[in-house]
Amino acid sequence: MSSNLETALYVFVLATFLGLEVIRKVSPLLHTPLMSLTNAISAISVVGAILITTAEGATTLSKVLGFIAITAAVTNIVSGYLITDRMLKMFKREEKR
Amino acid sequence: MGHLVNYIYICSAALFILSLKWMNSPVTARRGVFSGEIGMLMAVTGTLLSHQVFNWQWLLAAVLIGTAAGIPIAYIMPMTAVPQRTAMSHACGALAAALVGTAEFYREPNQPKYVLVALIVETLLGFLTFTGSLMAMGKLQEILPQRPITYRNQNLTNLGLLVLAAALGVRLIVVPTDTWVFPIFAVLSLIFGVLLIIPIGGADMPTVIALLNSYAGLSACAMGFVLDNRLLVIAGALDGSSGLILSIIMCKAMNRSFTNVLFGAFGQLQVKAVHSEERPVRSASPEEAGAILESASNVIIVPGYGLAVAQAQHKIRELFDALMRRGVDVKFAIHPVAGRMPGHMNVLLAEADIPYDRLVGMEDINSEFPQCDVALVIGANDVTNPAARSDPSSPIYGMPILDVDKAHSVMVIKRSMRPGFAGIDNDLYYLGKTLMLFGDAKSFVADILKELPVAALAAR
Repeated sequence: MSSNLETALYVFVLATFLGLEVIRKVSPLLHTPLMSLTNAISAISVVGAILITTAEGATTLSKVLGFIAITAAVTNIVSGYLITDRMLKMFKREEKR
Repeated sequence: MGHLVNYIYICSAALFILSLKWMNSPVTARRGVFSGEIGMLMAVTGTLLSHQVFNWQWLLAAVLIGTAAGIPIAYIMPMTAVPQRTAMSHACGALAAALVGTAEFYREPNQPKYVLVALIVETLLGFLTFTGSLMAMGKLQEILPQRPITYRNQNLTNLGLLVLAAALGVRLIVVPTDTWVFPIFAVLSLIFGVLLIIPIGGADMPTVIALLNSYAGLSACAMGFVLDNRLLVIAGALDGSSGLILSIIMCKAMNRSFTNVLFGAFGQLQVKAVHSEERPVRSASPEEAGAILESASNVIIVPGYGLAVAQAQHKIRELFDALMRRGVDVKFAIHPVAGRMPGHMNVLLAEADIPYDRLVGMEDINSEFPQCDVALVIGANDVTNPAARSDPSSPIYGMPILDVDKAHSVMVIKRSMRPGFAGIDNDLYYLGKTLMLFGDAKSFVADILKELPVAALAAR
């Protein structure tokens, strides 16, 4: 079990440093879309919600909490990706006059 | 199948990282969204294929409701409401994490200690971010007062509450079988989220939204530890570090520390600093302003939150076009904390079809103000206050500002002489080269435009 913890901590530390490096390079122009994109990505918690809700012999409590969690996460996924794309479509370069 | 899903997760993680990498330029950014979508689709499909799905009707109903709610939010939401939407999605994300943690705790309280530690972190951050984001959303939507709400011993109360919640969390880790402690722990976390945000004023929202973003990500990350799922750890850590970087950028742009933003109740304490004496200002009419702009060879427009409030972005685009057609070089100076969330002004101006090459960040534009004929300030205040450079007694002393006062002449569109959010008088308005243009940003710009007709240009 503790080896699982170790691996997960390695993954966490490396992902955090990678995230810091990648995000640092994001243009300040795009900070708003960046936030809605990372928001959509972190809605990957839907995977956890699905596992809780659809497990064999899930209690009613699990099903209800999982149901709300899936709804909230799916709302974030759908609205997050779509609104990010909607915003990015608006960023246009200057036309050559 | 159990093994296959792990490889699918690895691909998803790679796609998420690429997705963020492509956000570094507007040219590749839309590819980034696409790669994020594919990553998400793979992860969800992989999860469903690799586990036996029971209670599928619950799953289906939740997905349908979520999709039905998500699509209108994405398409109907006006761009001026983007900060509210972002706060709402932080709330949704945090709620999902907190509820999964709660369900997992009641499913099996007797877990290895490190799982319980992660679970307590997940639910604590999840619940406090949930209510905190709802409060932020209420303030941004102006359902709640934007001014900081303060009372005596506020920080002490908040700190006490957090310590109490954490203590109950520790107790749950040590004696997980006492499940009755959990609801109390959850309620305290929820209350703490509310109390954390009410003393924070509207001008500090960019930092707070970024911080809540970080918390929501870390909560999802902790869920990865609880469920032993590396993809959750990676995606959560990416979101957490993104929020962290943004909040550091915001804090630097205000020359303030995290603690100061969270516990300083900016705007409340400084009300005393308002100068009471009347100082003379020069004002001008739309006709005069139009003539000055027309005769300039370069103009820098400085937008602020007031532009969002007045919904003036499309009128400003018309002004931009009218001036560019007359050979005036127009740029926009974007302060990092202008508006209510990181990058707020860029999105508004991009919505109005202003090319992004014309939007220039503070560090690059400041050297251009001394050569600039006219600086036109629209709805920005504290970020242009020269006292931040020159007056050590000013509450905003040391904050990096746009050097608007170095332009040859300055025009400020403002409703009245009422001081800005921080309650600090702006010396810029009293300079000899400053003209105040009193009125609503949108209608004033419309009046200026009447002086710059397209027809007059064609007749030349």
